[in-house]
Amino acid sequence: MLLSARNITKSFTGVKALDGVDFDVRPGEVHVLLGENGAGKSTLVKVLAGVHSPDRGTVERSAGTRLAVIHQELTLVPRLSVAENLYLGRPPRRFGIVDKARMRQGAKRLLDRVGLSVDPDTAVEDLGIAQQQMVEIARALDLDAQVLVLDEPTAVLTGTETDRLLDIMADLRGQGVGLVFITHHLDEIRRIADRVTVLRDGRSVGVLPRGASVRRMIELMVGRTISEQYPRRRQDPGEVLLKVDGLTRDGAFHDVSFHVRAGEVVGVAGLVGAGRTEVVRAAFGVDRYDSGRVEVAGEPVPRHDVRAAVRAGLGLVPEDRKGQGLVLTSTVGDNLGLVTLRSTARAGLVDRRGQRERARGMAEALRVKTSGLDQPVRELSGGNQQKVVIGKWLLADPKVLVLDEPTRGVDVGAKVEIYELVNRMTAAGRAVLLVSSDLPEVIGMSDRIVVMAHGRVAGELPAGTTQDKVMALAVQEFPA
Amino acid sequence: MSSTVGSRRVSVREALADNGALAGLLVLVVALSVSAPTFLSTQNLLNVGVQAAVVAVLAFGSTFVIVSGGIDLSVGSVAALSAMVGAWSSAEAGLPGPVALLLGLLTGVVAGLVNGALVSYGRLPAFIATLAMLSVARGLTLVVSQGSPTTTPDVVSFLGSDLTPYLPVPLLVMLVFFGITGFVLSRTYSGRAMYAIGGNEEAARLSGIDTRRQKLVVYALSGLFAAVAGMLLAGRLSSAGPQAAVGYELDAIAAVVIGGASLSGGVGRATGTLVGALVLAVLRNGLNQMQVSPFWQQVVIGAVIALAVLLDTLRRRTR
Ligand SMILES: Nc1ncnc2c1ncn2[C@@H]1O[C@H](COP(=O)(O)OP(=O)(O)OP(=O)(O)O)[C@@H](O)[C@H]1O
Ligand SMILES: [Mg+2]
Repeated sequence: MLLSARNITKSFTGVKALDGVDFDVRPGEVHVLLGENGAGKSTLVKVLAGVHSPDRGTVERSAGTRLAVIHQELTLVPRLSVAENLYLGRPPRRFGIVDKARMRQGAKRLLDRVGLSVDPDTAVEDLGIAQQQMVEIARALDLDAQVLVLDEPTAVLTGTETDRLLDIMADLRGQGVGLVFITHHLDEIRRIADRVTVLRDGRSVGVLPRGASVRRMIELMVGRTISEQYPRRRQDPGEVLLKVDGLTRDGAFHDVSFHVRAGEVVGVAGLVGAGRTEVVRAAFGVDRYDSGRVEVAGEPVPRHDVRAAVRAGLGLVPEDRKGQGLVLTSTVGDNLGLVTLRSTARAGLVDRRGQRERARGMAEALRVKTSGLDQPVRELSGGNQQKVVIGKWLLADPKVLVLDEPTRGVDVGAKVEIYELVNRMTAAGRAVLLVSSDLPEVIGMSDRIVVMAHGRVAGELPAGTTQDKVMALAVQEFPA
Repeated sequence: MSSTVGSRRVSVREALADNGALAGLLVLVVALSVSAPTFLSTQNLLNVGVQAAVVAVLAFGSTFVIVSGGIDLSVGSVAALSAMVGAWSSAEAGLPGPVALLLGLLTGVVAGLVNGALVSYGRLPAFIATLAMLSVARGLTLVVSQGSPTTTPDVVSFLGSDLTPYLPVPLLVMLVFFGITGFVLSRTYSGRAMYAIGGNEEAARLSGIDTRRQKLVVYALSGLFAAVAGMLLAGRLSSAGPQAAVGYELDAIAAVVIGGASLSGGVGRATGTLVGALVLAVLRNGLNQMQVSPFWQQVVIGAVIALAVLLDTLRRRTR
């Protein structure tokens, strides 16, 4: 046994996050931690890593065992370069001075290992969130630890990167490293897990052997079965609500056109770097574009003006919840009410009661696990924070809602609840644009799928298409 | 089902633990009442209030700025300039007192708007923009006054007087502005927007908040509050001085920070700032009562500021 935790109990003000949990890690195994959002997985990881001290219980490590942790929330320094982040606090030195050349070389090697091809001198803040995650992984791998803990690393990764990571993990397992792996993607568990410990409400409710069925995992995790993972209810589409026409920004995307009708969910698939996020951000007025136009319900939306886009009836759930979605210093209630703050205010005065009521309703609809609307949002578990970002836009009820990777880090049960709310929006005549790297999700929830590659629209596929067809378009090359 | 949306209980103990500054103020008051017998006299307590008033009003304005993630170094200079414009308009230009007062307040608002425009549209760091304003406003004060104090009109002097023996006007003004600050921060769209902008400007912008216009509002409010503080200060002396309120911006920032606000934005409250301003005033008054030399007073006050923030940081970390 490399590491063994006994009877761990940990409470925060008002919540028992862990309640008498036993957990251990053997050499050469992948031990998966599974549970709903807020079940206590990250808290357990933090106790193992010594970030939190448990109220009760013990954590024992066999002598000389080093532990490396990839936490759920990224810990990179945005302004520093990739190389500097990789060697944070332990830069290679010569005569007491940081040896930049050696650092750059070492960084190249580490990045190669995870298959990330970026210049080590790039500032981390200029990377996409998936690339940042790979940097974080590369850094942890370099510690050569005997126990490696990965808290939802694949939430922000696409298929190829996930495959790469699982290969690396299998490799390490072969070398006798003990791995702890947290994920909400049950297929990944089936591919790599040797054991699965299921947590529910801070308690360990069972340990499943390798090869346990998805059904069994869900049952243990949420205490019920889920009949339909993608409960999309289609209806006849109405008028065109969002029209993007010939959108172009040099070096990012070129001549991108598509439309979404009332009542429709249109998916946008593609590889990382295909320009999906760039396009929706530009359409929403966050970033500039060089040419093309965006219309909502026939009215042109001015360029580079988020306020105008919101007024026109657009909404965007951004992909980076910590950087762009949440005000971490504020409460759950304030975050949920952020978008409706203005439209519900009268004579400059906030509609306090109404805002609270609506926030409470949304928190309940999405089953946000929180001790109350006044709880700081930073104290919520990752998946519950994500629900808050979605919730604030659902409350605003825009004509067209753009969801960029909306279910990242959200558990299987809560995903279904989010999909049901999407259904409700389209039933009410709204339009939804769903950008997602989760192929089963795009295929399962979209009425049509636009596939992007290299900043262009590679093609469109009807509902019920296959992953292979999507991938074939996604890897398409364009003549220069 | 695991979802619970209840409410949190807050006990007195938690409230005190949650507000280190309030606990500190109580400790200070108790310590001083024991060691300096005159401290608790009504007259002295009123004095403390009057002394706190100027810094408190400045600090209320700075609370908006700091909550929204900015900083305003110009408030001392802007206070002096506004008071000087008010005094000059009546004494030299012969305008009626109330008009002169309004002109003075307007000066503060304009200075604030310039700060705000430089920060939000000019994209200057707030530190730089307001540092420039600190110098410009002080310079203009000297230009207007020709370097000598100017008599204030009666309305302004009234602001520094006592309504009845037990009711100094500055104390009233402080309480009114305390109320306004709390109201703006908790009830208005602009106030709520300040927290969002200070906590995560990008998230605020992506939620459709007009971050640039709101920053204008923030600095304009700070300028207005500085002008009011300047009037209080001048009113007490019945004279606006060219070197009035030098260094007050630091007291204002200290009050806000002692009150529990975070200089990185998104956190801060009117009550905290009030307590912070009272801590500074009580401390100064107490040190005077105990006849500590002014030189040492500066040392003690600096140490208290560092200690207050240090304790606050430690408290946050252990949660
Ligand atoms: N610092 C904290 N203060 C207060 N409550 C906290 C804190 N950290 C975690 N919690 C609470 O503890 C519970 C467990 O959170 P944890 O982050 O461990 O969940 P999780 O299983 O990792 O969920 P997810 O899948 O969403 O990441 C949640 O209810 C959360 O709100
Ligand atoms: Mg977690």
